[in-house]
Amino acid sequence: MTKYSDLEYLKLSKIHKILYKIACFFIGIPAWFVNLGKTIGKKFKNFGIKVKDNFVDIYKTFKEGDYKTRVSFVIMGFGSFARKQYLRGAIFLLFEIIFIVYMSLWGGYWISMLPSLGKQGPETNVYDPVYDAYVTIYHDDSFKILLYGILSLFFIVAFIYTWRINVKQNRISQEILATGKPLKSSKDDLHSLIDDQFHKTLLALPMTGIMVFTVMPIVFMILVAFTNYDGSHDGYFNNLFTWVGLDNFNKLLNISSGSGAMAATFGEVLAWTLIWAFFATFTNYFLGMFVAMMINKKGIRFKKVWRTALIMTIAIPQFISLLYVSKMFSNEGIINGLLVDLGWISKPLPFWTDPTWARAMVIIINIWIGIPYLMLIATGILMNIPQDLYESARIDGANAFQQYTKITLPYMLFVTGPYLLTSFISNMNNFNVIYLLNAGGPTNTSGTTAGGTVGHTDLLITWLFKITTGAEAQYNMAAVIAIMVFAVVSVISLIVYGLLPSTRNEEDFQ
Amino acid sequence: MSENNQVETPEVKKQSLKKHMGLKTKRAISNTVIHIVLVIMSVIWLIPFVCIVLQSFRVESTWQVGYVVPHQWGFDNYINLAQTDFWHWYLNTFIIAIVSAVLQTVIVLCMSYTLSRFRFKGRKGLMRFMLIIGMFPGMITMIILYKVLKDIGLTHENAVPGLILVYVASSGMGYYVSKGFFDTIPKSLDEAARVDGATRLQILFKIILPLAKPIIIYTVLTAFMAPWADFVFARYVSMNTPAGMNVAVGLYRWLNQDQISYKYTMFCAGGVLVAIPVTILFMLLQKYYVSGVTGGAVKG
Repeated sequence: MTKYSDLEYLKLSKIHKILYKIACFFIGIPAWFVNLGKTIGKKFKNFGIKVKDNFVDIYKTFKEGDYKTRVSFVIMGFGSFARKQYLRGAIFLLFEIIFIVYMSLWGGYWISMLPSLGKQGPETNVYDPVYDAYVTIYHDDSFKILLYGILSLFFIVAFIYTWRINVKQNRISQEILATGKPLKSSKDDLHSLIDDQFHKTLLALPMTGIMVFTVMPIVFMILVAFTNYDGSHDGYFNNLFTWVGLDNFNKLLNISSGSGAMAATFGEVLAWTLIWAFFATFTNYFLGMFVAMMINKKGIRFKKVWRTALIMTIAIPQFISLLYVSKMFSNEGIINGLLVDLGWISKPLPFWTDPTWARAMVIIINIWIGIPYLMLIATGILMNIPQDLYESARIDGANAFQQYTKITLPYMLFVTGPYLLTSFISNMNNFNVIYLLNAGGPTNTSGTTAGGTVGHTDLLITWLFKITTGAEAQYNMAAVIAIMVFAVVSVISLIVYGLLPSTRNEEDFQ
Repeated sequence: MSENNQVETPEVKKQSLKKHMGLKTKRAISNTVIHIVLVIMSVIWLIPFVCIVLQSFRVESTWQVGYVVPHQWGFDNYINLAQTDFWHWYLNTFIIAIVSAVLQTVIVLCMSYTLSRFRFKGRKGLMRFMLIIGMFPGMITMIILYKVLKDIGLTHENAVPGLILVYVASSGMGYYVSKGFFDTIPKSLDEAARVDGATRLQILFKIILPLAKPIIIYTVLTAFMAPWADFVFARYVSMNTPAGMNVAVGLYRWLNQDQISYKYTMFCAGGVLVAIPVTILFMLLQKYYVSGVTGGAVKG
């Protein structure tokens, strides 16, 4: 393909311009990957340099340090105590004591078990002399080993980080004292927590929550993807689970492997997830915008009434509206009942039992759910479009459709670009609509695999849920699917972010 | 207007009048069409809710029927709710909603205010990290959170504190809308106060919080409404123990194949009772919700 100069590009016809842009995008992909590789390489190099700098700094601190600094290398906080910064010293020392006690009592055990995830599984038929019966004795718990093993590793990282701060502090204090200035007192330290260091105070609680209840579980689940943790290897009651390397990924992606292969099902579900996300996002987007424009139009009366009618539906909890609507369309439901009573149909329409009907229904009902939100969003943005744009367009003789495609749509797309991306992603993970409407049904008979049943409207996320709650829970496969969802989402986000017109700067308004 | 510039000979006047009339009738027709469309839309959007209310008053049959208006009206379904666990679930959900609305708001405000106003080392990295973490489907964390909660005894009949803990702890991830709001408050306000010797704590309480009323209300409102609709995690944590369920989980069970035939109208009654307080609150605070949602979409 020849590359056009700007002037040549402008001369192209509209179709050619679009084709040219698309071609450029695909031709640009290898370069993009090369760039990504370079950036990652650079990051690694920078990281290496940073680590090296740190070691050099630690060495220097030790070499040039006085006895207070040197003792602090072993007894954290000693330097702070010796320099009368009691609060800092106490915190460092306490942290070290807790760390040593924890590691020697529990942490060491968990970490030592981490490579094997437990050595002794449950023993059945062991004679118990007290009860005079044969019982099962439980030993190691793989789940706990993995969980507390990770926590202990986190703790070690935190300790190393704190130790580094401790060393750095000694160096800084020593330098300040050398210039003859006084050090900060404990009172100053406390005061800085509501002033200069206020961000630390504010972030402490939220970040702890996120670390423990979001990050740690995600790390755990990523690791589970490399184990055989499932219903028959629950790690405690029946069998231990252990590391299996990439077997699970192989199982999900390998088409050739016979029994238990999930590749075909996975492909089907992924395809439907993307189709669903596309339709759910764009039908809502355009119809919602359309509704907002209708309500905003000059000469329309009772604007507030129409808006309120739609907004009401946001207020009512989704589980009620979704469950109720789902039952309305069921075989015994009111819609089929009415149609039969009227004599329009002889037997109920298969709204939820026929795959094509069911897929169409979830998209249509999602429109019903989604339009009010989009109407709200679009109303706000439409009001911000400068009215003189339309005025001058009208004078130039543009009709309503031209005004829409040349002014309204470009403006909307520009402003809501990031929103479209996030809503596409949240639709990919839209559990409620799919699960509450039809629980992913009707069952896909050709798609049944070792991963439990899968339905025709199942998204990756509902399939994942079924896999973890079914009779034969397969936590490992669920974890693999979660990683796949993450991969798909991040690839889409990267591409779309590259295509978006200027992403707005957060400092714009401040 | 171009018409005014023309010389108004009788013909031109007549013509322009005709054109004007044409436009006017055209507009009138299109407006009528739009009005009709809007009426139809409102009906489609509201009819399920009308149906649900009507069916909750139906006495003659507890199962789905092919007509909308009940033949026999009565409060039986509402009265019968007292014999089930419904009010227990209702109380559970209410407690969860109130507590997590308060705590989540505090957490989200801390998070968003800090990320918006402070420039500290690692801030950009932290935000990027949260963005990446957010790309993992949250559902997958359920398995482990359930086990952890079970270990500390916060599942089954004690599911309420467990759910609150999980909702609140992970709420920091949802700081985007609120940060977008803080980004629009001019920084010069902070700087002026700093010059006058205010600490950052004082700035937060005396200057920013009074200005942040809309976003606080938005956060409280969304945090209060979410637990009424949470279904997946609540179901996982309560593990079929009625005492630990919220309304969503409890009412979902009534629509299972084995119960739907005699609990369908009770489901409608329960749904109405759940919807009433949430809807009233929502309608009262609608203004703040709209500004939050619109702001969130624009700022991404």
